[in-house]
Amino acid sequence: MCRIGAIKSVEYVHPSQALLLMQSQQKGHDNSGFAMVMHDLGGIFEAYKHLPTLSLACTDEGVKIAEDILHAAGFNRVMQWVPETNPQPGLDINAMPNYLFQTYDYPKHARNIEQKEKEELLLNMRLKLRKALENDEQGFVYSFWPDVVTLKEIGDPKDIGTYFNLWESDHKFTAKVITAQCRQNTNYDIVRYAAHPFFLQGYTALANGENTFYLKNVELQRKLHRGYIGFESDSQCFLYTLHYVHRELGWPLAYYKHVITPLPFEDIERREDKAQLLAIRQSLAHLEINGPNTIIGVLPDHTLFTCCDAKKLRPVCVGRNEEMVVFSSEVCGLNEVLPERDWETDIYPHEREIVTVANDLEVQRWKQ
Amino acid sequence: MKVHNVTPNDLYWKIRYDASRCTLCGSCVSACPFRAIEPKVERRRMVFSESEFPEPKQRFSAVPVIRQTHSIKNYCRGCGICEKVCPNDAIGPVRNPDTRHPIVTRCLAGDSIKRGGRKNLESMTRTLDKIRVGRISQMTDPSLDAQRHTFDLLAPFGRILPPKKLPLGVSPEGLLEMQNEAPPVRWIYPVVIGDMSIGALSWRMWEAVALAVAYLNEQCGLPVRMCSGEGGVPVRLLKSRYLKYMILQIASGHFGWNRIAKAMPHMVEDPAGVLIKIGQGAKPGDGGLLMAQKVAEHIQAIRGVPKADLLSPPNHQGLYSIEESVQKMFLSFNAAFKFRVPVAIKVAASATSVSVFNNLVRDPYNIVGGFFLDGIDGGTGAAHEVSLDHTGHPIVSKLRDCYLAAVNQGRQGQIPLWAAGGLGKTGDLAADAFKMICLGANGVFTGKLILQMAGCVGNDMGRCNACNTGLCPVGITTQEHALVHRFDVDRAAQNIVNYFLAMDQEFKKLMAPIGNSSLPVGRSDALVATDHAVAEKLQIQYVC
Repeated sequence: MCRIGAIKSVEYVHPSQALLLMQSQQKGHDNSGFAMVMHDLGGIFEAYKHLPTLSLACTDEGVKIAEDILHAAGFNRVMQWVPETNPQPGLDINAMPNYLFQTYDYPKHARNIEQKEKEELLLNMRLKLRKALENDEQGFVYSFWPDVVTLKEIGDPKDIGTYFNLWESDHKFTAKVITAQCRQNTNYDIVRYAAHPFFLQGYTALANGENTFYLKNVELQRKLHRGYIGFESDSQCFLYTLHYVHRELGWPLAYYKHVITPLPFEDIERREDKAQLLAIRQSLAHLEINGPNTIIGVLPDHTLFTCCDAKKLRPVCVGRNEEMVVFSSEVCGLNEVLPERDWETDIYPHEREIVTVANDLEVQRWKQ
Repeated sequence: MKVHNVTPNDLYWKIRYDASRCTLCGSCVSACPFRAIEPKVERRRMVFSESEFPEPKQRFSAVPVIRQTHSIKNYCRGCGICEKVCPNDAIGPVRNPDTRHPIVTRCLAGDSIKRGGRKNLESMTRTLDKIRVGRISQMTDPSLDAQRHTFDLLAPFGRILPPKKLPLGVSPEGLLEMQNEAPPVRWIYPVVIGDMSIGALSWRMWEAVALAVAYLNEQCGLPVRMCSGEGGVPVRLLKSRYLKYMILQIASGHFGWNRIAKAMPHMVEDPAGVLIKIGQGAKPGDGGLLMAQKVAEHIQAIRGVPKADLLSPPNHQGLYSIEESVQKMFLSFNAAFKFRVPVAIKVAASATSVSVFNNLVRDPYNIVGGFFLDGIDGGTGAAHEVSLDHTGHPIVSKLRDCYLAAVNQGRQGQIPLWAAGGLGKTGDLAADAFKMICLGANGVFTGKLILQMAGCVGNDMGRCNACNTGLCPVGITTQEHALVHRFDVDRAAQNIVNYFLAMDQEFKKLMAPIGNSSLPVGRSDALVATDHAVAEKLQIQYVC
């Protein structure tokens, strides 16, 4: 089973904290991979928050394909960071030849267009790159978005950390929100894209458990949006539903919970807003999840949240201090990262709530 | 001897009679509604000898006995009522495998054979019996506890809007608000009691179903709905609060709608819905048929007709296209109840069902509130046998085709799919319904099985099926007082209630192992097929 975790901090933190968070939970997963998405970047990316950064793992040929496509579309590279790798013998990692984090300026024609149009352009570019790099697995494009970087790799998380020198904290590669997950071996094929967190247009989601309504979700989502592709993991559905509800429909986050785990009909009947809740349950019946899951998500404004399935069959706990809020599948993860916290204020979210963390670290519990 | 004389050997059933056990009480003769047996006096000759050596003497006697009538009109249907009433087990019907009935009847009468029931040709096992619920939750997604977990066993009836068309806006407080009306949708039990009219059913049987439905709703918490069938509704019920459990049907004969329309100002509740019947699985292309012998006085009153064969036309006069049907019928019936009552359509499954469904699902008015699809194995009160046995389309693949057509357009669930036609034929409706739901149905509807719960002795191997004659031996499909008197309304209602309670448990026993607490509509990954062709056609996993 996956173990998932997330850190949201007022100060920039280094991914070594995320590795630490996940390592203590390693007995609960199979150490088959490591993936993380960082939002609200510091270090070398801090000055480029408004420009999209490409997160890419690829072959030499893949680098050329990707750069040619971006240049042809008018994107100009303004910054590149290539992590120094440390390929010691004996490391359990199935590494790609190149890992690139490149920040681009928008094409001239796009510099003054509406924000929404820019966002569509970035998605189109990522989808185009992904398609172009799919042949012979020339590369994997995880994200192309301002203020976001993504890293995913197959192998032992500890060794992946060593390979990318992520165990040594520095000020170059930091963020205020980091989500991470340590399992690559999904129930389906081992594909780099199948590792969560998943990212789409500012939204990140990761989950553990089984999505028993996977087929229902997929069959509808395929037709809902051009960005809903892949489905290498049943957990991608949670991201797409989040994106659809919050961005495409424009509904507040609280309604995400009503979509994925609708209240029982008899509870809806007693609510003042039953007309709305029934309408949601009816029209989005195919986005219900009905499985054992915990979901962690990040919104484009960097709000971090978590919620569980309606039967509360998957764990998650929330710990915090003045500077940091941490989500973890197991409490040992919290103990590792926040050993001095007041554990009496830990939150164990129940099946009918969403726990959100705002940028000022205010934690809210919304009862469904 | 004339070879063309009809003898019991020509008929479907032969009467087994043991004169030595018969007490000549006459119960069987008086109980047989078909007059298929009659008393007769036989002349008997007995030869005997009273000495050591043969010295034959003879004695004649006249012995009263029961015998089978030799007639294609009053022939035995195998209902077994004689056996039921016989105190000595002296009489009963025996199936005759050498019957010449289909030939003899046509030759003698020059008319097509009519009967009730459902398709009687069984050449293969049912598709649904080749499918199993094969995806069992274990380990990472645990099975649920069918006894203790709560399950949401409801299905929508009404038009469901695509999410982007929902009239929802965000208030300044960050709450969603309804900014306009949405089409009415009712969440009901996923098994609707299918449309059997007063007229087809005895008034007491119809009453038993209505009683059971009210009890299931008010005492058991199961929101089961019953469709009236085409034949009106008693005025008292129309004006009562129980109307909310009834789906009113309109078919091409419009029987009973005069009274319904007149009762509208007096209704204290809206009906659960309106079902426009275009076609029926048992006799696709045919309208309803109520033989004159069943058009009793109270049926004439409810329907506003004289005593005559009542034939609903095969199509709705004045509707020539799907667009017209949407605009005229759906809009007018929606308007009749001021857009508060969902309106759905029932059609016979056909090679063309997907086209019809596609047209409805794309209708710009978002007004069709359900697609009731009825397959060849559905039952009927009266039809030509050739229609029953040879016209129609199996339901399973057609339902799946319609669902996948909706998936292909990203419109699944917008017009709820309801399937019928032989579901529960083996007595196990929960399993059949559940498999259909996994294949994409929102719910199912059933008629024949309800009659069997109430005591119908007919089956799909030619037993009874005399619903068309108005002589139902158990008082279910007749308007004869003497026959209806045999029927116990309360027991029938109780049986229906109990069957639904059992089925409800069984639904949970099917949902629990796949780990779902709400109906797995379209979750075809939960199913496996042991037949390659079935698996391929339905797009589910083949296993062996």
